[in-house]
Amino acid sequence: MGEPAIRIEAVDKWFSAFQVLRNVSLSVGAGERIVVCGPSGSGKSTLIRCINRLEEHQRGRITVNGVELTESLKNIEAVRRDVGMVFQHFNLFPHLTILENCALPQILARGTPRRAAEARAMEFLARVRIPEQAAKFPGQLSGGQQQRVAIARALCMTPKVMLFDEPTSALDPEMVKEVLDTMVGLAEDGMTMIVVTHEMGFARRVADRIVFMDGGEIIEVAAPGDFFDRPQSPRTRSFLQQILH
Amino acid sequence: MTIACEPAPPPRPQRPPLWQILFGDAGSAALTIVTLAMLVGLAPALNWAVFDAIWQADTPARCREGGACWAFVAAKLRFIMFGVYPPDEQWRPLVVTGMILVMVLVSLPPRFWGRRLVAAWLVATAAMLALMWGGFAGLRPVTTANWGGLPVTLLLALLSLGLGFPFAVLLALGRRSRAPVSRLLSILTIEVVRGLPLVGLLFVASIMLPLLLPAGWTIDKLGRTLAALTLFAAVYLAEVIRGGLQGVPRGQVEAAQALGIPAWKMIWHIVLPQAIQKVIPPLTNTAIVMVKNTSLVMIVGVFDMLSAGRSAASDPNWPSPYAETYVLVGTVYFAICFGISLYARWLEKRVQEKEYR
Ligand SMILES: Nc1ncnc2c1ncn2[C@@H]1O[C@H](COP(=O)(O)OP(=O)(O)OP(=O)(O)O)[C@@H](O)[C@H]1O
Ligand SMILES: [Mg+2]
Repeated sequence: MGEPAIRIEAVDKWFSAFQVLRNVSLSVGAGERIVVCGPSGSGKSTLIRCINRLEEHQRGRITVNGVELTESLKNIEAVRRDVGMVFQHFNLFPHLTILENCALPQILARGTPRRAAEARAMEFLARVRIPEQAAKFPGQLSGGQQQRVAIARALCMTPKVMLFDEPTSALDPEMVKEVLDTMVGLAEDGMTMIVVTHEMGFARRVADRIVFMDGGEIIEVAAPGDFFDRPQSPRTRSFLQQILH
Repeated sequence: MTIACEPAPPPRPQRPPLWQILFGDAGSAALTIVTLAMLVGLAPALNWAVFDAIWQADTPARCREGGACWAFVAAKLRFIMFGVYPPDEQWRPLVVTGMILVMVLVSLPPRFWGRRLVAAWLVATAAMLALMWGGFAGLRPVTTANWGGLPVTLLLALLSLGLGFPFAVLLALGRRSRAPVSRLLSILTIEVVRGLPLVGLLFVASIMLPLLLPAGWTIDKLGRTLAALTLFAAVYLAEVIRGGLQGVPRGQVEAAQALGIPAWKMIWHIVLPQAIQKVIPPLTNTAIVMVKNTSLVMIVGVFDMLSAGRSAASDPNWPSPYAETYVLVGTVYFAICFGISLYARWLEKRVQEKEYR
């Protein structure tokens, strides 16, 4: 394996005096699928938000496809071009139609001509199986549909890496599956993915490795089989007991 | 067995009969009676305005008898509407008023909003000012000192709001910015201008500014007045827009950043439209207040519609028909402001239909 898609080395991060990430290191190869789990407040969101610089780390190095995240706006821009993100609360643009939500970012960030941007938007809306909703506004869609639009919107930017921050935890139970199915499809197409989720069925089925975090540290990294059946750390064991009832 | 499940039409809301609305319970009965009593109380005003009114008069003297002298209004309408603009050139302000009306109507539907509309406004404004000024293509030059009446009121209101808006956006963004210099500058501008009465600002602009400017510099009085109104509109709009910006969730910015949308484009296409949609009612309020504020320019000698009306009414040939003049001018102001109000209500309903949650 050559240069990893994402390389995180000894990263520390503080929110004022409070340390959120402690000496975190992780390498993610191209095409690899990582699931991140851990108790609330353990720093999962903060970690993946550092990968596209929505948060700034204070110590250590983060490199995405060979570009290191520093103060350099050019580097940040280059990294964001390669990294798509899906949020817990979708964060669709409520004043734009579904089609515009997917087309406008291409126009604004890439200068794609409108025609091409819209064609591409329709292509990915079809891929997440909601092309018929293109003319509606986000507020008129169900949560599951909105999250699929958010995935399509990110994919329209041809990312090499996709980050998911608890994409299903704001959804009603009956809508979780449609979103997870979309993500499974993406994984099967070979997308590099880092997914923060508590959907352990999804983790078992899709993940190459599972990362367990607690108190801002990575406690354990293991393949799903080992992670569920032979957890090494007592903290992992107690976490698994809690979420697998 | 299968059960056919026809989609049922939504039930019609039932309207109660009229008498029930008016007298259904003690509260509405009382309200109805009070309203009727007030209408009866208005009868003398109705007498004055309609039954005893004098509609035509061959001589101004006839107006000394009885009710409202609408004959005066008919005789002075052109003066109230166009002021001391040379009478045989008054087709020019008339055309300008028409252009303003057309441009406003064209600007109403949100789907026309965009760069082209802004360009159209710039071209139209330049054309309107050129037509008022004249001095080309055989048009007699008319200095701004001779402009007056409705076009002046409309131009001052529209231009102060239109020019003030971009400044307001910058001030609002500046006040929220992390850069200390722009934040301080914005806060200072907003607080100082907001702390001054408009009348004072107009005096500063029309009397003190010429003294402050280097020798040889002159800015037209109408231009200075417009600058003062623009500044005043800008700071009030800025505070309204800032309120809207605060209502845009952080996640919107993060989503735009994650998608790689450059900062200024994000502000323009993602943040501002949402911020403005949230503050349509206070924006409407500011717009209406600014329309009426233009009438204060009278005190620095700019000849707006209200000044033209007062000047017309002071004609010694007529028996000081101030009430009639104010009714006319007030009606025009009311029509403009109520129009803004209706339009804002329509806009807001459109926004709500999109949201639905
Ligand atoms: N902007 C911020 N300012 C200060 N503290 C923050 C900020 N964002 C997060 N934190 C704190 O950092 C810690 C880690 O937060 P983070 O959101 O990364 O946790 P998480 O593992 O994603 O939790 P959850 O499962 O609840 O989403 C928490 O204690 C949180 O309170
Ligand atoms: Mg989180």
